[in-house]
Amino acid sequence: MEKKATREAYGKALIEIGKDEKVVVLDADLSGSTKSSEFKKVYPDRFFNMGIAESNMVDVAAGMALSGLKPYASSFAVFISGRAFEPVRQSICYQNLNVVLCGSHSGISVGEDGGSHQAIADISLMRSLPNMKVFVPADYNEAYNIVLATVKMEGPVYIRTSRAKSPIITEDKNFESGKAAVLKSGNDVSLIACGMMSYIALEAALLLKQDGIDVEVINSPSIKPLDEETVYKSAKKTKRVFTIEEHSVIGGLGSAVSEFLSENLPVYVHKIGIEDTFGESGTKDDLFCKFGFTKEAVAKRIKDRLNG
Amino acid sequence: MEDFKRLEEIAKTIRRNILTMLNKAGSGHSGGSLSITDILVALYFGGIMKYDAKRPNWEDRDRLVLSKGHACPALYATLAEVGFFDKELLWTLRQLGSPLQGHPDSKKLPGIEASTGSLGNGISQAVGMALAARVLKKKYNVFCIVGDGEMQEGLVYEALMAAGHYKLSNLIVIVDNNGLQIDGQCKDVMNIYPLKEKFEAFNFRTYEMSGHIYKNIMDTLTTAKRNVVSPTAVIARTVKGMGVSFMENRVEYHGVAPSDEELEKALKELE
Ligand SMILES: Cc1ncc(C[n+]2csc(CCOP(=O)(O)OP(=O)(O)O)c2C)c(N)n1
Ligand SMILES: [Mg+2]
Repeated sequence: MEKKATREAYGKALIEIGKDEKVVVLDADLSGSTKSSEFKKVYPDRFFNMGIAESNMVDVAAGMALSGLKPYASSFAVFISGRAFEPVRQSICYQNLNVVLCGSHSGISVGEDGGSHQAIADISLMRSLPNMKVFVPADYNEAYNIVLATVKMEGPVYIRTSRAKSPIITEDKNFESGKAAVLKSGNDVSLIACGMMSYIALEAALLLKQDGIDVEVINSPSIKPLDEETVYKSAKKTKRVFTIEEHSVIGGLGSAVSEFLSENLPVYVHKIGIEDTFGESGTKDDLFCKFGFTKEAVAKRIKDRLNG
Repeated sequence: MEDFKRLEEIAKTIRRNILTMLNKAGSGHSGGSLSITDILVALYFGGIMKYDAKRPNWEDRDRLVLSKGHACPALYATLAEVGFFDKELLWTLRQLGSPLQGHPDSKKLPGIEASTGSLGNGISQAVGMALAARVLKKKYNVFCIVGDGEMQEGLVYEALMAAGHYKLSNLIVIVDNNGLQIDGQCKDVMNIYPLKEKFEAFNFRTYEMSGHIYKNIMDTLTTAKRNVVSPTAVIARTVKGMGVSFMENRVEYHGVAPSDEELEKALKELE
């Protein structure tokens, strides 16, 4: 299976949308890592390195949007959602500006850099802001198409990408905000995933199949707006919902699903994610083992919950 | 000479409107509004800024970003006076549904270029606007008024660094150096001085002027606009509460509106 990182898609897609002369790209001394450097190679006059000053980068993007440009600003997810949170709130979201923010190196799959660099609350932070849309691509194809789709989108967008390569599991097709996709239909349990966890969810579903548990796997790249219809339909059918994300169980996809279902179709929901703790150094694979992000661990967890 | 007299008369009207709107609102920032009034009058009535009140979104207009957003009553009164919106709106300041929000909201009121209020964010947005002119191949200037207390925000220095780095000669930062913030004098709360050297260290061409003498303001801002090699900073010596004797240099009037009695006294002084 072909493996590529979602951050690579960000860089490649920027080149494509760069044909639009209103597109400008900003980075904060991490362009090689976020892959915004790809854009710089082709459109050096519309690329702006803002130095290690994330807050200013976000406000500058706001000023550019107010002047009619379409800015894309990137850094590590931990910095763009953390250090720059205040400008994201005050300038980007409060004014509902057409700015796309990209946080790369999200989650624990950052690996060796450790907990200081692993964003575990960025979805939660970004999702809580009025006007902000939050997209978490499952793979390279989805990331690429998300970036293409944002050119015509009104209002602020946060795209969460990853450092690590991961299998390509979605088709190369147009992205629609607020749409989830059923990757595998099933009748016993709904498993709603985003990011790299969508692949693991699929794998876990195969394991559970052997135990006679028929899992419906849903890939939900659009955390906000959430595809309520798809979630509702699936929950109505299975009455048992699991969510999985490479993010804290507080405030992310699991919370979005729970918030919706608790008001509209109260069913059992169990959130799989990072259990209100920080990450640490290690290889991505070692960390995924430790944090329970393997097909075996996920399958076991679902089985245990169903039995208990 | 004639013209400076005209500007002084306009400033009196605007100061009266500021105090009246604050009094009607029952809250808001008096001192910092009065300290920037003359600068705003010079910008909008003295021919420093290029704008068209009938076309607030005209692409080639000069922009003003009020980074010290709490002083918006002065900006609202000025924008109304030059015709961006109906003057009657001034009396709705801070009321539910009014486009004249407690701090400037670019989505609600024509003439407001950026939403500000959280100190430090305005100047960075101004840098973005100045940089955008380069991409858009436009010739507009961006004026940005920052408070001296605001100079304590770290974000300001990120903005200055970027402005200097990109040689944004269309950016003119004006510091309202009234010496006061909320908890006291800037030099006591957290010393911000020297200011001129700070700007120069970030590759700004820097001028000092009186923020209340029109000849001085007009000369300095006219010179500032001519700079084509670097961003410009203008440090304006101002008096917080300027024009109202009992408010002048009084930190207590930072964030309070005049009472009915105070308003009456103030309006008499501004006749
Ligand atoms: C980030 C931020 N922190 C705190 C405040 C609260 N605040 C409003 S005005 C002010 C003092 C500003 O002093 P200065 O910049 O000197 O303004 P001026 O004297 O012109 O009123 C403060 C602390 C704010 N608006 N934004
Ligand atoms: Mg001050």
